[in-house]
Amino acid sequence: MPKITYISHQGESTQIDWPVGESVMEGAVQNGIDGIIGECGGSCLCATCHVYVDEKFLPLLPPIDDDQDAMLDSTASERQPNSRLSCQIKVRAELDGLIVRMPETQK
Amino acid sequence: MAAGVVIVGGGQAGFQTASSLRSEGYDGPIRLIGEETHVPYQRPPLSKAFVLGKQDQARLLLRPEKYYADHQIDLLSGEQAISIDTSLQRVTLASGEQVPYDNLVLALGARNRTLPVPGADLEGVCYLRTLTEAIELKQRIESAQNIAVIGGGFIGLEVAASARTLGKPVTVLEAFPRLMARVVAPVVSEFYRSAHAARGVEIKLDAQVQEIRGGGKAESVMLGDGSTIPADLVVVGIGVVPNLELACEAGLETAAGPPHGITVDELLRTRDGDIFAVGDCAEYHNSFAGSRVRLESVQNAVDQAVCVARSIAGKPAPYHAAPWFWSDQFDLRLQMVGLPAGHDRVVVRGSPEAAKFSVFYYNSGRLRAVDSINSPTDHLAARKMIAAGTSPSPEQVADLGVNLKTL
Repeated sequence: MPKITYISHQGESTQIDWPVGESVMEGAVQNGIDGIIGECGGSCLCATCHVYVDEKFLPLLPPIDDDQDAMLDSTASERQPNSRLSCQIKVRAELDGLIVRMPETQK
Repeated sequence: MAAGVVIVGGGQAGFQTASSLRSEGYDGPIRLIGEETHVPYQRPPLSKAFVLGKQDQARLLLRPEKYYADHQIDLLSGEQAISIDTSLQRVTLASGEQVPYDNLVLALGARNRTLPVPGADLEGVCYLRTLTEAIELKQRIESAQNIAVIGGGFIGLEVAASARTLGKPVTVLEAFPRLMARVVAPVVSEFYRSAHAARGVEIKLDAQVQEIRGGGKAESVMLGDGSTIPADLVVVGIGVVPNLELACEAGLETAAGPPHGITVDELLRTRDGDIFAVGDCAEYHNSFAGSRVRLESVQNAVDQAVCVARSIAGKPAPYHAAPWFWSDQFDLRLQMVGLPAGHDRVVVRGSPEAAKFSVFYYNSGRLRAVDSINSPTDHLAARKMIAAGTSPSPEQVADLGVNLKTL
């Protein structure tokens, strides 16, 4: 199973094995990792699963669609070029080793 | 030793209060008391992904069970709070245990309004709010021959859509002349009536349910016009009533008339400053509505929980969040922001025929709410307008050539 590393805003790092096809948001929530709320349950509705994706994985992610782009404009912490909604990142084999950093706040 | 925070109610608002207390740095004891035996879970998927078999029980959990111990949250599932002693600051549980608190958060939720007609207690008459009810409903849908859904609101229509997707004959019985009449404009009601009909759901409006008939088990629903609808499964979705008894008996103020909730101030405090109320059970002054409201939504539950957690953690700020809602039915996504009560003008952007449009609700020239159907970009632009209090003209919002983001 691909490994994903979540780094909290305070710098604490947690690595999980997470199945292909599942979302990075679900990986955090189902493993009880702090820093993501996931209020809408992964429906691209709430912008509370905002993460900063490690630069070297950005080319492996699908382009940001209009919905996600609009949601990213309403995140509680500042949007950066590597901002993504983690509910919209589905795990693939190539993403093994993915590193995401949590913003200061989701609300 | 500090008694800490006691949260009564293990739904979305109760869970989020506990979770946010920790993320806001609160390090005292937290006890989360939930009547249901399940670890706190998400309710929105129950009527959709869960009954469709796309999301299993484990994936409904808001957090895994170990989260609570890891975060020093004492989760008391299957426990019922039966009284509050506000002077001694303690809650009594049905088990007899006395739980002291420094701050008490009431996230008591609501319960289903029951159908007041003969036969409503027959086997095969179901409601949907809890996971336990959803598990039963899922099984019953699978074996049902004919399904009647009483109530053409969000829950009823979502269940109807799911059951129809599973190939079942479904009839929706709505007492009003249109669907979702309390919350959306006629153009939205008509769009959904037509969309459900096109997908094979029978919709009966102005349908007054008189009786559910059957010998021990539901067999049919009799309407006021004398007609009967065959149904071995009857799903009732006619709204909820908030759980106020615990607060009333403790002498906390509640609203006697609509919106019938535990009365809270701008910090979501009850008349007892150490006791807060959040989520479906709380009624408060909402500046977007310009009136006191009680809202039943995930957004309201989560945002109020965060607000209270910040207060208790020493960072109080008045509650001020634009209300938003959503409902997924078939392949149709309805997103709403703001509160349209009292609107005097409705403007449509886009085309209901294309199943992609938004409806803007104005009151005295001011934009109050927007419903978007399969138009998430409109919805997000509208969220910003409503939150900021901006009010573009009806001519601007109706013009598809105008980018809403620029208004």
